[in-house]
Amino acid sequence: MEAMSHLVKAAGATTSTPTELKAQAAASSAGFAYGLAAIGPGIGIGYLVGKSVEAMARQPEAAGMVRTTMFLGIAFTEALALIGFVVFILIGL
Amino acid sequence: MLALDFPKINEILRWQDIFPSFNKIALIAVLAAVIGSGIFLLAGSKDSSVAPTGIRNLAEIIVEFIEESVVMQTMGKKGLKWTPFLLSLFVFIYLCNVPGIIPLFQMPATARIAIPLFLSLLVWIVFIGTGLKHQKGAYFGHLLWPPGVPIALKPLVGLIEFFSTIIVRPLSLTVRLFANMLAGHILLVTFALLSEAMFQAKTHQPFLNIGGILPFFMLVFLTGFEVLVGFLQAYIFAILTAVYIGTSIEGHGDEANEAHAH
Repeated sequence: MEAMSHLVKAAGATTSTPTELKAQAAASSAGFAYGLAAIGPGIGIGYLVGKSVEAMARQPEAAGMVRTTMFLGIAFTEALALIGFVVFILIGL
Repeated sequence: MLALDFPKINEILRWQDIFPSFNKIALIAVLAAVIGSGIFLLAGSKDSSVAPTGIRNLAEIIVEFIEESVVMQTMGKKGLKWTPFLLSLFVFIYLCNVPGIIPLFQMPATARIAIPLFLSLLVWIVFIGTGLKHQKGAYFGHLLWPPGVPIALKPLVGLIEFFSTIIVRPLSLTVRLFANMLAGHILLVTFALLSEAMFQAKTHQPFLNIGGILPFFMLVFLTGFEVLVGFLQAYIFAILTAVYIGTSIEGHGDEANEAHAH
């Protein structure tokens, strides 16, 4: 991972060229890109699964339908986090 | 400090050609297709009048799983004729995902974007084709405007619906499968490398070497987790395909009428 070596360089270096500066900025923002993208979906999936468990406990006979809908909802919510992950790879590696 | 050189991303994803233009990814994809169709061909050749045993049992469990928890939950009874398509999608994706944790393979074929992208383009063509077949020209109207949209909002809603159906659907199908498997693969590589480096550490001798057990346990746990993820991603791909085809068959207008009829 080049990003790591750029970060290490940034910690010790005093002068750096514009390309190095750009690489350092990319290296330090890559982590933020994924971290920020994971906040929303994290809350969303937690809420979604919690509500689904509630629904399944209330009406065990509807568990199959609730589970399918839950997976659908998770798939849509998770996509946001995954796009963040792809961005992380694109700018970080 | 423990200095650990993580390999470049290409080193963990790009494989040497076994013979020209055929590498491990292609080998896994071909194996997945052959094993998948082999199981069902073998099962199909068994006598269907006696109680199922062995491979036929396995095949019937998979078919029943697709019918019960993918088709019936999303399209209802009239979607049952789509079972073969969804079944082959599910089995192929699952067999492409599972080599990620099989020793010697250690690489999910879906962690490269080619296979997910091709599969979701296939699904894209299929659901648009189905819509055109079932609703003729009205399909594009249904696709752009849900029933009851005021005329003033039609351009805006049409634009949003166009993007979400035509562009975002195949894109999110691709990225969901690809990024999930890639993330799992990178996680496994990270913890494997970390525990190897800690076991072989020359500095802080006893602590680091004993502490290497911790990432190793994490690796074992993540391997188990990847079994689940591989299955879940194949299932979600199949179920989303079913939902997309289902909306193409029915269209928004029919859904509203059906709700009134019940």
